Amino acid sequence: MEWLKTLISRPSKGVSGKTGYWRTFKPIYDRDKCVLCYECYVYCPENCVEIVEKVVKIDYDFCKGCGICSEVCPANAIEMVKED
Amino acid sequence: MDLRCVLLPGNPSCQGCPHAIGLKALSVLENPIVVVPAGCTTIIAGFNPKQSIDLPVVHVPFASAPAVACGLSKAYDNVVVWMGDGATDIGFSTLSGSAIRNDNILVVVSDNEAYMNTGIQMSGTTFWKAKTTTTPAGKREEKKDLALIMLMHRIPYVATASVGYMRDFVRKVKKASKIKGFKFIHLHSPCPPGWRFDSSKTVEVARMAVKSGAWILWEYDGSFRITGMSRMFRDKSKRIPLTEYLRVQGRFKGLTEEDVRTIEERIDEVWKLLDVLENTINKA
Repeated sequence: MEWLKTLISRPSKGVSGKTGYWRTFKPIYDRDKCVLCYECYVYCPENCVEIVEKVVKIDYDFCKGCGICSEVCPANAIEMVKED
Repeated sequence: MDLRCVLLPGNPSCQGCPHAIGLKALSVLENPIVVVPAGCTTIIAGFNPKQSIDLPVVHVPFASAPAVACGLSKAYDNVVVWMGDGATDIGFSTLSGSAIRNDNILVVVSDNEAYMNTGIQMSGTTFWKAKTTTTPAGKREEKKDLALIMLMHRIPYVATASVGYMRDFVRKVKKASKIKGFKFIHLHSPCPPGWRFDSSKTVEVARMAVKSGAWILWEYDGSFRITGMSRMFRDKSKRIPLTEYLRVQGRFKGLTEEDVRTIEERIDEVWKLLDVLENTINKA
C-alpha cells in the first residue's frame, strides 16, 4: 500500500510557492485606527490575516495584495501602498 | 466568529477570489468531506503532492459529483459538494437525481455566473446582457434561477447566500448541517477577472448585488422567507440604483438605458414571485 501514498495530496502551505511575489500593492496596518471588528480576518481570501493578542498580523509571504481587507475595513485601518 | 482557515495561504487562487472567501464557511462543519467537480476550486485545491484545502477532498469529473457524494454519505455525516455553476449545468441530471433520492448531502453552488476556469464562457446562470467570451455582444438567453429549480424538488433545505454577507452564509451552512436530507445553498460569488472589476471590490460588488435587489437572499426550511439584508431591500425605495451595480462591472460595458430598464423589470418580476412564495409556503 506504500504506492498509494504518492497518489494522495497532503495539506500544506504555499502550494503555488510564495504568492507574495504577485503583489503590486501592499496592505499597511495601523493599530491606532483598528477597532478589532475581525472584518479583514473574515473576508481575506488568502487567509493570511491573523489576529494575535488584539493586533492584526498580515503574512506578507503569501499576501497577494488583492486589497479586500482595506476595502472592507470600516475604520480605514489598512492602507494599500505601492510596493517598491 | 468561529471561522477557521480552510484554504491554506499560498494557494493558486486569483487575487480577490470569491471561492476562497466562501470556502471558509465549511470550517463550521464537523469533520466534513468535500467533493469537488472540475472547476476553479479544483485548481485552487492545488497539485500533487501538496494540497491547499485543509480538509479531505475528493476530486471527481463534472457530472458525477452528487453521485459520488451519495455514496460517501452512506459512510460519513457531513458530505459537502462544492461545485461551480459549470458543473451544475453539465451535471444537472445527477444533481436532480440526488435531490429526488433525498441523499444526506449539502450542495453548495458557488455561482460566478460563467465558466471562469476555462476562460469566461457563458453559463446557464450568466446575467442577461452580460459579456463573456462566447457572448461578446451580451447574453441573449435568459438567466436560470437555480435555487428555485432546486426548491421545486421539494428538498428539506434550500437557501441563497452571498460572499458579501459571510455571517449570513455561515448561519445557513450551520443550519443546513443540522438537517437530514438534501440541502442546497446557492452562493453568489463575484469573480474579479471574469466580471472585469478590481480585485479589491469582490465583497463590495457582492454587497451591491444584494443592495440593488439583483441578488436576493432567501431561505426555505419548511417555510419560505426572505432573509438577512434582503428583507430591508424589499422596499424598492431603499435599494441603491441598479446602474451603480452594473457600471462597476466591465462585463456590462455599453449597456443602453433601455437594457437597464429591462433588467430592472426582470428583477422586479423575481421579487414578485418570491413575495408570492413567501406568502404561500408558510408554516406559521
